[in-house]
Formats: sequence, structure tokens, C-alpha cells
Amino acid sequence: MSPAVRPAAVAAALGALLLGSGGAHAADPVGDVDRGEEIWQECSACHQIGAEATDWVGPHLNGLFGRRAAAHDGFAYSDGLTRMGADGLVWTFETLDAYIESPLAFASDTRMAYPGLEDAQERADLLAFLRTYSASPQDIPEAPRTANPTDHGLDPAILALQGDPEYGEYLSSECTTCHQADGSAQGIPSITQWPEDAFVIAMHAYKRKLRPHPVMQMIAGRLNDEEIAALAAYFATLE
Amino acid sequence: MSLNRRHFIGASAAVSASLAAPRVLGQGRPRVVVIGGGSGGATAARYIAKDSDGAIDVTLIEPQRTYYTCYFSNLYIGGFQDYDDLGHSYARLASDYGINVVHDTATGVDRDAKTVTTASGETFPYDKLVLSPGIDFVDGAVPGWSLAAQDAMPHAYKGGTQAALLKAQIEAMPEGGLYAMVAPPNPYRCPPGPYERVSMVAHLLTQVNPTAKILIVDPKENFSKQALFEEGWQKHYSGMISRIGPDFGGDIVEVNPAEMTVSIDGVVETVDACNVIPAQKAGRIAEIAGVTDGRWAPVEPTAMRSTMDENVHVLGDASQQGDMPKSGFSANSQAKVAAMAIRGELTGSRVFPARYSNTCWSLIATDDGVKVGANYEPTDEKIASTGSFISQTGEDAALRRQTYEESLGWYAGITADMFG
Repeated sequence: MSPAVRPAAVAAALGALLLGSGGAHAADPVGDVDRGEEIWQECSACHQIGAEATDWVGPHLNGLFGRRAAAHDGFAYSDGLTRMGADGLVWTFETLDAYIESPLAFASDTRMAYPGLEDAQERADLLAFLRTYSASPQDIPEAPRTANPTDHGLDPAILALQGDPEYGEYLSSECTTCHQADGSAQGIPSITQWPEDAFVIAMHAYKRKLRPHPVMQMIAGRLNDEEIAALAAYFATLE
Repeated sequence: MSLNRRHFIGASAAVSASLAAPRVLGQGRPRVVVIGGGSGGATAARYIAKDSDGAIDVTLIEPQRTYYTCYFSNLYIGGFQDYDDLGHSYARLASDYGINVVHDTATGVDRDAKTVTTASGETFPYDKLVLSPGIDFVDGAVPGWSLAAQDAMPHAYKGGTQAALLKAQIEAMPEGGLYAMVAPPNPYRCPPGPYERVSMVAHLLTQVNPTAKILIVDPKENFSKQALFEEGWQKHYSGMISRIGPDFGGDIVEVNPAEMTVSIDGVVETVDACNVIPAQKAGRIAEIAGVTDGRWAPVEPTAMRSTMDENVHVLGDASQQGDMPKSGFSANSQAKVAAMAIRGELTGSRVFPARYSNTCWSLIATDDGVKVGANYEPTDEKIASTGSFISQTGEDAALRRQTYEESLGWYAGITADMFG
């Protein structure tokens, strides 16, 4: 019933992926690592990479190349990516290139709320950057992690609040008009199973209008600290 | 009604029902009857059933077996949605949530006996009644038009086949022909809806009949998202759309469906397709139930309770609640507040302060989406707006495209929220 992704689109994307591997350009990663690092700033809202990287809203991306999809223990992947991993999907330049080009067309229930990177050169740049953390998993640069997530100077007392999940469940009904309770993302991001800190930081960033989105600024604007903590507690465990 | 399912659910729910200490004692599980399976009714039924874990017996009465959303029917006319994608089944509300889904038309409400009767002669007792019947049209609102004329001049304003009929009539217009819309007076369902429709008709005509014209006959001086629509029409459909407001007789309109003419302040225009969206009122069952005052059903703002009967809640377009626009998003928001209040009264579950919200997306052209929204809270008199936003004119193409994609996400979200 949902209007988002038609099977034909998925078939087309997968077809392009399979056929594309024979093309000289698609398989030739001539990306610029420095430009890839600039593009990475957008990814770093959810992913960490580097020496101290840990799972955040998305999984950390050290050692990504050559890893089987959804195979990294301890992160709750979508059913679709888990299934594709079980079916043998391995992250390579080609598969990552197809995924990043249009995440939803590649994996229709992915929780990665990223619309896709249209420009093939930008994708090559980003993948060149990511590969520097993958060439050999133990050879991770000892530089500080590049994905240092910001807390926007949020008062630690706010982050320490324990949310009431039952209150969060009621408040969540306002969110689920747009954000799907099953965690699927189709034009509107998934908000389930986020680390509670990430959820609280994001909502306070909307509340203080540091993050730009009029609907979210309005919704977050009338939530108090306890209410945001309650929502974070509820959505963190929603499966 | 399925007696088997009722008995099965009754048995499995007995434990949780007794733990929840229902306030309505001595008559088994408390019963909620919901009339109308749209954004308000389906959401209310699902949330009451889901959150009470079977402690409340929920019956949903809705004549249609497949619900076709009115929202996104404009996108179907414009060619951005398939008709079948607008249809939604009630199957999961029955199978996954134990709701007794009755495909029948509610024809009577006895508020003293607390029963609902249907066209097929069945009677459904209730402890709480939820009315979410949507809209009906005011008889004689557009002289010359009646429901008998809806095939010649479709309203296409309730979802379903009327939208398909209107689209076919637009596609059949002669080259350079004229499409007219008679727009409704306030208040009506989906304030930007007629103007999004004009945008989608223009998009369709640009492809199949680019010299055709569009005429809006409008009794209102201003309309929702007006600056955004007018900017978009100028940008995408320059010279195609004109609008006659009340200063030039847009409020003095008469139609002749047999002759396919529209008379505007006495000036007769021949039209090739005509979309009449008449003045609106609460769906008729609200009037039959005796909870309307004038055209709409007044409700108190904390839980959408009828001001005339504390055991009746009225949701969505049919209600008169204050500042919220009549929209599917509003009905969905109101349904969750009412569901929480009903559960609280029937099972003693926690009741939190009411909060409402609404956002309406509109598509002007390919990848050119806009939105308007607000938060609402109850005051002593009404549901009052506490903050709002609207898309800006001159926004860049990337933002407009993102707004459109967001609207697709919202559609997937709200229909999952309604139908499970």
C-alpha cells in the first residue's frame, strides 16, 4: 500500500548493480579522499569512523569493505539488510556505490534515513575516504575520530534524565503519524532504536533551532526535558 | 458480527481485563463502537484495541471494504500516484488487533439506550461511541448541483471512484478546452485541497492538453497557502489558471450539469469538465445522533467529547473544535487523544494532557512540495493553536523536492498508523 518504493525500482537498482560491475567506470574507484572527508561530514551525524568509533545511530564504519552486510554484532539492522547479508551481500565498492546512490531503492526498509548521493564522482570520493579505514582493519589511523558527534553543549543533567517509557509511549503517538513505528524509513527518517543520548541531543537541537526543519522545530519546541527523555526511552527499545 | 471471534477474544482478554479494573462493571468487557473507518475512526479503533490489550471490545462500523484516502487523490489525478495505492484494507485491524470490523452503514444512534443500529438491522450496544463520519455536502449549496449530478460534475472530495471519474473527464476534454472548479466556502475538509487539485489538473493538462484552461470560481477572498500556490502556478503553468473571487462574483455561482455550463454572477460559461466542491457539513450520522449544532458537532477541547453527550466523541472533519483545520492529519491526532481518554475512563489507564498537531503537504508540480503545520492545545473554550509554520516562497528546488519526498513518507506513516 505504501507509495514509496515499487518493486520495479528495486529491480532496476539491482539490475544496474549487477550489470554495472562489468563497466570500466563503475568499478574504478578514483575518488579523492579529501573531498570524501568533506562529504563524510553529512554521514557523521549518524556514523562514526576511526580509532575510537563506536556504534551510534548507525553502525561504526571501520573495516566496512569486505564485510558482509548487517554482519557487525551488536547493531540492530533492518530486516531487509539482515536478509540481504544472509543472502551473501558483501560491501564492496560496487555494492556500497549502489546503496549510497539510493538507499531505499537498494534496501526498501533500511533505517538509514539518507536520500542518496546522485553524483557518481561524489560517491567515489566518499568511498575512497571510507576505504582508508578499511584497507586493513587493524590499520586504523590513530588520529582522533572524525565523527566526533556534537552534543551542542547540552547540559549533562538533561542527558542524565531517566525517561518514563509509558509517558513516552503516549507522546510517541504524535510522532508515528509520520515516523513509522516499525522503524522503516520512506522519505521520513526512522527514529526507533537510537541510543537515548543521540535522540535527546537531536530533539534539543531542534528545540533550540540548531537543526533546521520546521515540523521538527515545532514538535520539539513544546516538549520539555522530561518529555524528550520519555520519548528517547520509549523509542530506544521499540522493535 | 463474528460471534466466534468475539468469544475467542473475550476469553483471552479476561485476565488483563480483570487486572485493569474496568470502571464499567457487571457487564463484561466495556464496549466501544466506532462509526467511520477513516483517519479518525480507524486510528481510534486501532489505538483503543492496541493499548487496552483486549480489555475493551472494539467494533468499527464502515460500509466500504477498501478505504480510499481522499488525501493523495489529487496526486493520482496529476499522475504521481496509482489509484490502487490509495486503497487500504481493514484486514489487519480485525486479524492483528481483534477489532470487530463490520462492513455496514450506521443508520441510527439511540443515545439513551446507548445503541447503534445499521442498515442491515443489527444493533450494537456501546459504553462509549466514537463518531468519525467525515463530511457530507450541504443541500442546495451550489444551485443546480445535487448528488444526482455528481457523475456529470464530480466533487471528487471523498476519495474513491469520484477522483477516477474526474480524471477521465479531464483527459477527455477537447483540445484547448475549459476545466472549471467551483471551490467551497469555509470551513471545509483539507483547506489547501482544492488548490493542490488545480495544480495537479494543470500538471496533467500540460502533458495531454497544453492549450486547455483552468477556471476557479471561488466564494472566498483568500485561501490556504495562497502565495505559495500562486507563485507555483506562475512558475509552472503560466497563463493556464485564472481565479474569480467574490469581488467578481465568485460567490454568486450556479451550475447546469445537463448543459455543462457554469453561471458566474449571471455570466454563463460553457465548460468541458467541471469539479463542484460544495459547502460541507458533518457526516449525516452525527446529525442523526443529535450531536450537531448547525452544520458541525461541537466538542470539548480536552478529549473531543461531544458537548451534548459525555459518552460520545466526535473526531475529524465532522467536529467543531476550534483552530484545527479539517484534515486527515488532524483527525488522526484527535483520535489518539480521544482513545487515551476513553481507555482511561473504561479501564483506569493513565491519562496524559491532550496535545494535538497538524501538518498538510501539497504538491504544486513535479518535485515542488510545500507544507503548512501547527501545534494545538486545549484552552477553556476551544482547541487553540500554539505555534505554526509554513513553507516560504522562493525556496530552492532541493528543499521543495525534500518536502515532497517527506509527504510520501507521511502518507506511508499515517496509513500504517491507521490500519496497522
